[in-house]
Amino acid sequence: MTRSPSLIAGAILSAFYLIVALVSFAWTPYPVEVLNIADKLSPPSEKYWLGTDHFGRDVLSMLMVGARTSIGVAVAAVGIGMGIGVPLGLAAAANRNSLFDEFIMRGNDLVFAFPSLVIAILITAVFGPSAVNAILAIGIFNIPVFARVSRGAALSLWTLDYIFSARVAGKRSFLISIEHILPNIANLLVVQGTIQFSLGILMEAGLSYVGLGTQPPTPSWGRMLAEAQTMIYLAPRLALLPGLAILTMVLGLNLLGDGLRDRFDPQIWRER
Amino acid sequence: MTIKTKLAALAGGFAIAAASSAALAANSTITVGMQLEPPNLDPTGGAAAAIDEVVYANIFEGLTRFSADGSVRAALAHSWDISEDGTAYTFHLNDGVKFHDGTAMDAEDVKFSLDRARGEDSTNAQKALFAGIANVEVVDSLTVEVTLSEPDGNFLTKMAWGDAVVVAPESIETIKTHPVGTGPFVFSRWVQGDRVEIERNPNYWGEPVALESATFKFISDPTAAFSAVMAGDVDAFPNFPSTETLSQFEADPRFAVIVGSTEGETILSTNNKSGLLGDMRMRKAIAHAIDRQEIIDGAMFGYGTPIGTHFAPHNPDYLDLTGVSAHNPELSRKLLEEIGYDGSAIRLMLPPPAYARRGGEIIADQLRAVGIPTEISNFEWSQWLEQVFRNKDYDLTIVSHTEPNDINIYARPEYYFQYDNPEFQEIMSTYSVTTDAEMRQALAHELQTMIANDYVNGFLFQLAKTGVANAKISGLWPNSPTQANDLTGVSWSD
Repeated sequence: MTRSPSLIAGAILSAFYLIVALVSFAWTPYPVEVLNIADKLSPPSEKYWLGTDHFGRDVLSMLMVGARTSIGVAVAAVGIGMGIGVPLGLAAAANRNSLFDEFIMRGNDLVFAFPSLVIAILITAVFGPSAVNAILAIGIFNIPVFARVSRGAALSLWTLDYIFSARVAGKRSFLISIEHILPNIANLLVVQGTIQFSLGILMEAGLSYVGLGTQPPTPSWGRMLAEAQTMIYLAPRLALLPGLAILTMVLGLNLLGDGLRDRFDPQIWRER
Repeated sequence: MTIKTKLAALAGGFAIAAASSAALAANSTITVGMQLEPPNLDPTGGAAAAIDEVVYANIFEGLTRFSADGSVRAALAHSWDISEDGTAYTFHLNDGVKFHDGTAMDAEDVKFSLDRARGEDSTNAQKALFAGIANVEVVDSLTVEVTLSEPDGNFLTKMAWGDAVVVAPESIETIKTHPVGTGPFVFSRWVQGDRVEIERNPNYWGEPVALESATFKFISDPTAAFSAVMAGDVDAFPNFPSTETLSQFEADPRFAVIVGSTEGETILSTNNKSGLLGDMRMRKAIAHAIDRQEIIDGAMFGYGTPIGTHFAPHNPDYLDLTGVSAHNPELSRKLLEEIGYDGSAIRLMLPPPAYARRGGEIIADQLRAVGIPTEISNFEWSQWLEQVFRNKDYDLTIVSHTEPNDINIYARPEYYFQYDNPEFQEIMSTYSVTTDAEMRQALAHELQTMIANDYVNGFLFQLAKTGVANAKISGLWPNSPTQANDLTGVSWSD
C-alpha cells in the first residue's frame, strides 16, 4: 500500500510535538515557573534560543511545556468524547429505532445545536476557569460527534450477513457490538479522533486566550498569544512563535487525519 | 482623459481637500483617546471614572475645583468665609455665570445640587462627601451658606470632586445623555460606542479656552490604541493602556510621553478574616516576600513608585514606610515556620488590568519562593466585584484604589479587606474633623504607620499616569489628582 505524502508530513509534525511534550517532562532549558525580570524581553541568543517573554521566562521552555498542556487537554477531551460517545452510539445502533435510540440521537442534536465555544465559556464561567473545566467543556462537545460517527458506521454493519449470522446464533447484541462492530469501526474512530484532537487543541488555545482555560503559571499557547498581544510591536516573536506552534500542530494533525482516512477509505466506502 | 484617470484625479482632489482641512482644524481641535466609555454623562449619579474624565472641568464645574497639581482653588465660588468653629461655610458665587441652556447659575442651583446629592434617594457614588452637611441655605442669589454637623478640614476639597459639581434643576432630567453645565465646553454629540464631542462655550463666564472643539474617542483595545496614536487618529491618550509600548513613543519625535502620578495606591488586598490571613504574622510573611521593584519593572515596565502604606507619595503628609515591609525572604520563611504554616495554597484573584494580571504572576512567583503556593484565577470586573468586593470570598487580590485621600477605607470593618481595628477607627474619626494642618499631618502619619505595622494589605506601588500625546500639544495634566481630562489649558503650539 502506498503512503500518501500528507500522511507522512502529518505523522512527522504530530510526532514532533508529541516528542517535544514528552521531553518537557524530563527537561526544559529553563524552569517555566521561575520569573527572571532582569532578563525580560531578551532577543533570541545563545543563552535563550528563542528569547524571553515579558517576565524573563525562556520562550522555548514555555513552548515545550505549552505543547504538553495542549496535548494533555486534547487527549483528555477526546478520551471523554470517545469513552462516552462510542458506547452511546453503539447502543443506539444496536437498539435502532427504539425510544432509547431516539433519545440518544435527539440529545446529540441538542448538544450539537449549541455553539460549542459559547457553551465552553459558560461552563468555565460557572465552575471557574481551570484546565480541568476546559477539558470537560471540550470533552462534552466531543460526545455527540463520536456517538454519531459510531452509530452511523455501526448501523451499516448491522445489516451485513456475518452480523446476521451471529444474531441467528443467539449472540447478544451487547457482545456483537463489542466483538464484531467495534473492531470494524475502529479505523473510522481513529480518523475522527485525530480531527477532534486538533479541534481540541484549537479550542484549548481559544479558551486560554480569553482567560478561561489553563491558568497561570502553567504555560499555554493560547495564553502566551494573549499576553503577547500588547507587545506585538515590541517583540513580535512572542506572538508569532506560539501562533506558529498552534498552526503547525493543528495542520499536522489534520494532515494525519486526512492521510489516515485516505488509507482506510477503500474498505469503509465499499462496506457502505 | 479616460474615466479611470478622471476618477483618480477626482480622488486626488478630495485627498488634498481633506488633508488641508485637517491641517487647518488641527490647531483648534483635539481628539483625546480613552480606554473606557462612560456608561452615562452624569458625574453626580454614576461611579465610573470615565464620566469625570469627559465632563470634569470641561462641561461641569463645582464650587471649588482641583488644579493640575492637586491643590484646590476657587471655581464657581470666587471666595468663601469659614465660621470660627469651622462648621459654617459661606460661599460667594461668581456673578453672570450661565448654564449652557442660557439659564443663570445662582445660589438656588447650588442648594439644589447639594441637596440632591445628599438626599435619601440620591444615586451619588460618593455620598460620604456630603454626609457632614447639616443644612444648605440660600442667603441671596449669589451667596450660599453650608452648615456642617461638625468641623471638617477637608470640606473644600470634597466640594472640588466631580461628584459635587453644580447642576441645574431645569436640565436634570436629561443629564445622563445631554449634560448641561457651566463649563467652558458645551456638550454637542455622543455617538455611543465611539465618541463624545464637545465645543467651545462662547458665553463662558471665565477665561475662554484655546480649543474650539474636542472629541473623546473610546478605544478599549491596547493594540488598537497604539495604532490610533501612531496614525494620528488620536492626538492624546492621557491614560495609555499599555506601558510596554511607551518606549516606542519615546523614541519618536512626533510624540511626547507624559509620566505623572495618580491617586492609585496599588495594593495586594488581603482578606483579613480568611483563615491564616487573620494572623498578622502570616500577612507580615507575605509582605516581606514581596519585591516591589521587581513588580514595578516586570508588570509596569518601570513606571510606578514603591509605597509602604496606603497614601500617595506626592502628598506632603506621606510617610515612607517601605522599610517596614522590605523584601526579606529569609524573614518570611522564619515567620512561616514560627506560625507552623502547613503549605496550604492561597487563592489570588485577579481583575483584568495589566497591573493586576502581570503583577499577580510576579507575586505568585515571589510567594512560591518563600514556600507559599498560590492559585491564580483571572476574573472579569463584574465577577470580581461580585465575589471579591461584595461577597468577600477571596484570600488575596490586586487592585488600584484610585480615590484621593482614601485611607479612611481602613476604618470601615465591613470593607472588603475586613480590617477591624477600633484604635484606627478612633484616630480616623479625630483626623476627619481636624482642620489644623500640623495636627492633620501628625494624625495622618499615625494612621499610615498603624496599617503598615498591622500589615493589613501588601502595599505595592503608586500607579503612574502614563500618557502619550502629540509633541505639539501643551497643557495636558501630567498627574491625576482626580479622574479628569481637563482641557481648559490645552493648546497646540503652532
